[in-house]
Amino acid sequence: MGYYNEEDLNRFSEVGKQRPDLFEKFMSWYEACQADGALTRREKALIGLAVAHAIQCPYCIDSYAQNCLEAGSNIEQMTEAIHMASAIRGGASLIHGLQAHSSVNKVSM
Amino acid sequence: MAQSLPVLNSDAAAATVNFNDKLAEHGLELRGSTIETLQVNVGKLCNQACKHCHVDASPSRTEIMTREIVNLVLDAIRKFRFKTVDITGGAPELNPSFRYLVAEVRSHGSHVIVRHNLTVLFEPGQMDLPEFFRDHRVEIISSLPYFLEDQTDAQRGKGVFTKSIQALRRLNEIGYGMDGGELRLNLVYNPVGAFLPPSQASIEADFKRELRTRYDVSFNQLYTITNMPIKRFLEYLRRSGNEERYRRKLVAAFNPQAVPGLMCRTLISVDWTGRLYDCDFNQMLDLGVSSELPQSIADWDPARFTLRRIVTGPHCFGCTAGAGSSCGGTVA
Repeated sequence: MGYYNEEDLNRFSEVGKQRPDLFEKFMSWYEACQADGALTRREKALIGLAVAHAIQCPYCIDSYAQNCLEAGSNIEQMTEAIHMASAIRGGASLIHGLQAHSSVNKVSM
Repeated sequence: MAQSLPVLNSDAAAATVNFNDKLAEHGLELRGSTIETLQVNVGKLCNQACKHCHVDASPSRTEIMTREIVNLVLDAIRKFRFKTVDITGGAPELNPSFRYLVAEVRSHGSHVIVRHNLTVLFEPGQMDLPEFFRDHRVEIISSLPYFLEDQTDAQRGKGVFTKSIQALRRLNEIGYGMDGGELRLNLVYNPVGAFLPPSQASIEADFKRELRTRYDVSFNQLYTITNMPIKRFLEYLRRSGNEERYRRKLVAAFNPQAVPGLMCRTLISVDWTGRLYDCDFNQMLDLGVSSELPQSIADWDPARFTLRRIVTGPHCFGCTAGAGSSCGGTVA
């Protein structure tokens, strides 16, 4: 067995067996975030998919890929969202290059 | 918000929940109301063999309604003027009695809907179908699972999307699908895979925008329909290892508010042999109307069908999931 088990996705609510009060607070907040508001459910699902890739959570990727489909997004739109997350991650690494450059410059003539 | 995080609200036993037990949990019972629609399935012959087809229709099927049965259907319509007669198949136009049936039903004053697959228009002898539909004021409902070629062809067969767009243009040319127009052309979206449909309003807006800008095609309404776990779609679910997950999804998305609007409450379905069913899905599962009722269109008696007990099965969760599903789109 690997560290990630697909079946655990169906058992997520079991986390609430301990400190159910905290789990219920999480659920209430989580579900309120998903509702149509200034952003549509579809936009929120795409954000969820992008974040799922940024944090590289396989459970979230599975859930939000399904949510995106059921909110009416197609695979091309989903792929663009994934590129957004990846590009920002790439940029976040790259900008640290300045720190490396500064570090080098600090000890260079 | 079960839809937002479906995995949180499901459990392993959900796939085996009894539909009537679920109704009872919510204090509901499924009974017929006044019958408004007669849905006539004139046979399983089709020029396509779509991967999700609940009829298992294809060019090789030979089961089609004979003229004798068509006349029994017409006798029933004469006895009881259905508000709407909804003609389906297969590709109903391939039945040699199709045009006779449409013309006779219209002469009795019922509204006629034809479930038209668009590509049949390019079959021999069918090029004048748009004009036939127009002349008989037929409402057209056509499947177009997505506004992109890849997804549509993945479900309905290679080349179907291009032909469908050509057919839609022809229908537009003679006046179908115009805003506020009398000639109604409605499209059906159903998911290309094992997932639930999106909000009907939001995907309709996408279809209208994309079909107009990409292909200069217009239509009136988009209906979202949930794929039923029966026949060819069930085979796909099993082959792809998705059956349990999909059934669980349908049960988890059960919406009691969809029950009052279920199409089976106001519709009776008749098959190519004249046998009666509560809906087209029951028809494909060989689940006839309740045994105490007349079983054949030859014995049609509307009074006996009001408040009838509706025969149910696990597939019924498909019609109560989320915003609900029917041959006319969402129901809740």
